[in-house]
Amino acid sequence: MSHHLVELKDVYFRYPDGTETLKGISLRIVHGEAVGIVGANGAGKSTMLMHMNGYLMPSQGTVIIGDLELNKTSRKEIRKKVGLVFQNPDDQLFMPTVFDDVAFGPLNLGLSQNKVQERVASALETVGCLDLSTKPPHHLSIGQKSAVAIAAVIAMQPDILVMDEPASSLDPKSRRHLINMLKDFKHTKIIASHDLDLILDVCTRCMVLGNGRIMADGLTEDVLSNKDLLEENSLELPLSLQKM
Amino acid sequence: MLCSEFSALELSWKSMPSFDKEYFSLGHLDLLSYQNTFIHRLDPRTKIAVTFVFVLTVVSFPKYEVSGLIPFFLYPVLIFSLGDIPVRFILKKVLIVSPFAICIGIFNPFLDTITLYTLSGIHISGGWVSFFSILIKFVLTVSAALLLIATTSFPGVCYGLQRLRVPEIFVSQLLFLYRYLFVLMEETMRIVRAQAVRSFDKKGLEIRTYINLIGVLFIRTMERSERIYRAMLSRGFSGRIETFRLHSIAQADVLVLLFSLVLCYCFRRYDIIGMLDHVMKGLL
Repeated sequence: MSHHLVELKDVYFRYPDGTETLKGISLRIVHGEAVGIVGANGAGKSTMLMHMNGYLMPSQGTVIIGDLELNKTSRKEIRKKVGLVFQNPDDQLFMPTVFDDVAFGPLNLGLSQNKVQERVASALETVGCLDLSTKPPHHLSIGQKSAVAIAAVIAMQPDILVMDEPASSLDPKSRRHLINMLKDFKHTKIIASHDLDLILDVCTRCMVLGNGRIMADGLTEDVLSNKDLLEENSLELPLSLQKM
Repeated sequence: MLCSEFSALELSWKSMPSFDKEYFSLGHLDLLSYQNTFIHRLDPRTKIAVTFVFVLTVVSFPKYEVSGLIPFFLYPVLIFSLGDIPVRFILKKVLIVSPFAICIGIFNPFLDTITLYTLSGIHISGGWVSFFSILIKFVLTVSAALLLIATTSFPGVCYGLQRLRVPEIFVSQLLFLYRYLFVLMEETMRIVRAQAVRSFDKKGLEIRTYINLIGVLFIRTMERSERIYRAMLSRGFSGRIETFRLHSIAQADVLVLLFSLVLCYCFRRYDIIGMLDHVMKGLL
């Protein structure tokens, strides 16, 4: 299905202060793929993800999501297709209660009240937080917050789920829960993380980003077992592969 | 039950650094608003309307009025007991803001020295009476506002305001204020702690460091607002915060509203204390 396609063609991006973060990225992710993006701090992972829902526009090159090319007018449509989950759930949860927050996206899509209620309930159900719905976000634990942040995005039923460091502040149990949840999602998934074991568990394909370029792109098992490649990019073998 | 929990909480606060203490005390006020009592269950609009009418009635009294204000204490007493709100907690908050009211009225006794009453030989000047009246009005209105917050969740208040046709922009500002007040306070708490663990004796605690600290906080806030806006955009924000709630005005709301309107009117119109006095004298 072409509408779940993510394609970047020779994308460059320069921040206003002159740092060039992306230096010619080309990639193509098709429907249903689960892609992990790994790389050192400052390699350009977050910058690249922000191109995928049109928050940043490439200085040069094109971004195609589904059948739309990213520009100022298509940006709104693209945001409906791509659900972006941010690193810090406090930035993502801005409404006074969990329910309101999850309902925010669907309401903006112009759905009817009944439909919104359904969507919210099923999204919260998926992440196992249905009982939190009347709570204000500041009464939640970090694990609960990130689960709700994910619910807030899946309530919009995006075709493509993009996550930036989804597990960085989770305890091992919440992290495991997240991994199982991600495995169940049928969306196209793009996950940037330093948690290589999470990528190994969830993603079938993996890209290594280094210095604004794609250094490697292939099957996760191959990429993440290539010790030399990983070490060149300030990474190391995933813990589960180190023991072998 | 809540009161005993509260005193235990208060004990544990005593050992905390002051900033942390303020943070948790604010959180406590917020938690109070999530109880489930008759008062908490009322529609926010009813409570906003009643508070508004109450405050207007109280401040509408002339400046030498004291006895006419006394019956209005019935309102906080009722809310305290029906809403299961710890009295000392709210009174402390009232005390904190009291300097404002004292400043407004403190010069009255010096400026207005005409004797209004003579009580067993002591002359009471108009200034003292009006000062006292200001204090009573202050205690009544401020505690009414605090009780509104303690019995209505803040989003509830915002929702009520939205339904009462308060402009959208104010409502969303209030919503964000509530949501990020806690996040910002946590942020500040972290900075203050980071500073405290690296400061020894008085070193590192000068005003100068606090100025830097405010700068850091400001920059972090700016960055955060950027990220929040990004999150809002990615979920289709287009200028209006839609809220979803199926509240409705119940019979209880109508009754409470009518009851309060009638009481406010009666207390304002008739001299209740005078009447009581009359009745008591008649009985004796």
